[in-house]
Amino acid sequence: MVVSTPSRSGAWRGAERGGGDGGGGRITRLIPVWLRRAGLPYLLILPAVLLELLIHLVPMVIGVGMSFLRLTQFFIRNWLAAPFAGLGNYRVAVDFDSAVGAALLHSFLVTVAFTLLAVGLSWLFGMCGAVLMQRPFRGRGVLRTLFLVPYALPVYAGVITWSFMFQRDSGLINHVLVEQLHLTDERPFWLIGGNSFASLVVVAVWRLWPFAFLVLTAGLQNIPEDLYEASAIDGASWWRQVRTITLPLLRPVNQVLVLVLFLWNFNDFNTPYVLFGKSAPREADLISIHIYQSSFVTWNFGSGAAMSVLLLLFLLLVTAVYLALTTRRRSRA
Amino acid sequence: MRTRKLGFMTAAMSMAGALVLATSACGGDDSGSAGSDRPVTLTYWASNQGPSLEADKQVLQPELDRFEKQTGIKVNVEVVPWSDLLNRILAAATSGQGPDVVNIGNTWSASLQATGAFVPFDDAALAALGGKGRFLGPSLAATGAAGQPPTAVPIYGMTYGLFYNKKMFAGAGIDGPPKTWEELIADGKKLTHDGKWGLAVEGASVSENAHHAFIFGQQHGADLFDSSGKAQFDSPQQVAAVKQYIDLMAVHKIVNPSNAEYANGTEAIQDFVTGKAAMLMWQSIASSVKAAGVSEDDFGLAPIPLPDPGTGGRQVNGMVAGINLAVFQHTKNSDAAMKFVAFMTGKETQQTLNKAYGSLPTVNDAYDDPAFQTPTITAFQQILANTAAPLPQVPDESQFETLVGTAMNQMFADAAAGKPITDGYVKAKLSDAKQQMTGGN
Repeated sequence: MVVSTPSRSGAWRGAERGGGDGGGGRITRLIPVWLRRAGLPYLLILPAVLLELLIHLVPMVIGVGMSFLRLTQFFIRNWLAAPFAGLGNYRVAVDFDSAVGAALLHSFLVTVAFTLLAVGLSWLFGMCGAVLMQRPFRGRGVLRTLFLVPYALPVYAGVITWSFMFQRDSGLINHVLVEQLHLTDERPFWLIGGNSFASLVVVAVWRLWPFAFLVLTAGLQNIPEDLYEASAIDGASWWRQVRTITLPLLRPVNQVLVLVLFLWNFNDFNTPYVLFGKSAPREADLISIHIYQSSFVTWNFGSGAAMSVLLLLFLLLVTAVYLALTTRRRSRA
Repeated sequence: MRTRKLGFMTAAMSMAGALVLATSACGGDDSGSAGSDRPVTLTYWASNQGPSLEADKQVLQPELDRFEKQTGIKVNVEVVPWSDLLNRILAAATSGQGPDVVNIGNTWSASLQATGAFVPFDDAALAALGGKGRFLGPSLAATGAAGQPPTAVPIYGMTYGLFYNKKMFAGAGIDGPPKTWEELIADGKKLTHDGKWGLAVEGASVSENAHHAFIFGQQHGADLFDSSGKAQFDSPQQVAAVKQYIDLMAVHKIVNPSNAEYANGTEAIQDFVTGKAAMLMWQSIASSVKAAGVSEDDFGLAPIPLPDPGTGGRQVNGMVAGINLAVFQHTKNSDAAMKFVAFMTGKETQQTLNKAYGSLPTVNDAYDDPAFQTPTITAFQQILANTAAPLPQVPDESQFETLVGTAMNQMFADAAAGKPITDGYVKAKLSDAKQQMTGGN
């Protein structure tokens, strides 16, 4: 790499010289100043854009391409040989009368409900935590560190521990509920059936609320202390301060935070995969696991790709609408 | 300004250059080249047969060393957990990058054969391994679609049997293992009391469920695919078969409802070897018994009861399970890979490895070792030879396992929650699975 550097910059100079008639300075002069000025930022982000294209956009485009093919195990060695399916994969995915479409719709609705709950609760806990920790007190540092532990733990380690705790016969949760507190006689299931949805929400909130807490804590640092002092002199209660100072001033932070939490939860693969394994219970069948099942496990990559494209379009739409709404409201405010 | 820009361009270009270099480095990752004087190295992905990946490696390594001593070919082995194996094989098949030799679950044979990623074993290749006749017939039948050269050769053979806890049976006053399904249920009821259960199942394991759906389906005379290869998972016979299995928990209550969340393929064995359940329909449990520190003599093995011949079903009580060895088409060392296959199917290797894993050798000449004349191995061997059927060797087989197995996970979950499991309910679930099979294709 080091060796190639001079020759590459030499080539650049050579090309420059070849392009203009004489010294390099003249060609620069040919480009208007405004273009040179305006061009610099683009030049600076060029490597990032190129890498972004390579790492994100190319696979995305390939995925879109795949969604138009009947890509099954017969063709994975040579995708180009796979028959063109047109919109066939999409038609199957959105035909809600068929088993495939109905399952996808069900999974979508489960994911929406899961995301709303997980984002709402993560934000609420994060907000409460951040506001309560706003004023200095003894042990604040320790508590803050403690709160961040779930976020710092590797996902797998954290979630697999939850899955042990949720086991019906030997799990800690049932031990506490049934043997210690005697709340129920019958040991409930947490990893299968209806309760699995609740388990999933609990684990997701446990895992992500520290992030909300962290971001909101950082946001609170930017609110000037004198605002609180001034309002206190005016006799504002604590709750009034939260409503009229803290929340409005955190709006830009919240705008980004809620969006990020939404996208992470909606797309979450790790939590349900580690908690339930390859086939999640129907009640907690999140869409990313569902798509994984529809493509990898059933070897129908075209169908899975079509579902992924639909998911991508949905998330793009939600993000665009969300940003449009929140930005307009903010500029009006 | 200009020099700065130039400096930046240089940096950017060298970065791009580095990226290109890095990509080409990935592309040029050869695991040895044939024809040169350099020693050949093979990469081998082994499936997880023992209690842990590390334990497997310790079993395999001495054999691989022996192979290197014989041929000069070094084999780098990686033991891949079952949860990753199929995905990694698919990735290797898609990219043309990966190991030279790989273990596959034999039920995947036809599905993987359809990818065309493996070297077919034609008559000449089989002759080099000692000929077709050397291999166990049922195991060789589970190596790909009928009428095509096998896509892999069997190395470990297995099938299902009914393990029972001798002490628990004696304690309940039962003389011997059940011979009919009715006896199994009656015995199960006698054995279910005080937190002990008649039978353990791995209720959330997709593959265990699918295997039992197949075995009992055979007993009811069901075919999973019709002659044109179309799925028919919801035939009345198949519905009855699946219900027969789920009813062990739902109706007869001889299976602990907690088993509905057993997913990782070891929990039912644990319940059985620790005496929480008296019976288990399973493949080899030898390594788990050893790991639990109990004696294998505490347990007996009988065939899973066959149906009454008068009912019209097939006399099947096991599936041809096992592991096959396949050679990737993309290997640059096909000669060395074939030598390795010959080594793995050789008599001595077969004896050593199958002894370690408690599985059955897949070549006839390996059975002269007394280790394969124990009651358990003999019983398994007889089931495999006489009353085991291979899963349908069609390209869609792996989809069957996933879809029907997953549907049965849900049925067990509902049964555990106390919902009634009716014929209509089972049929609806199986119809959904069938639709998902045909829907996407």
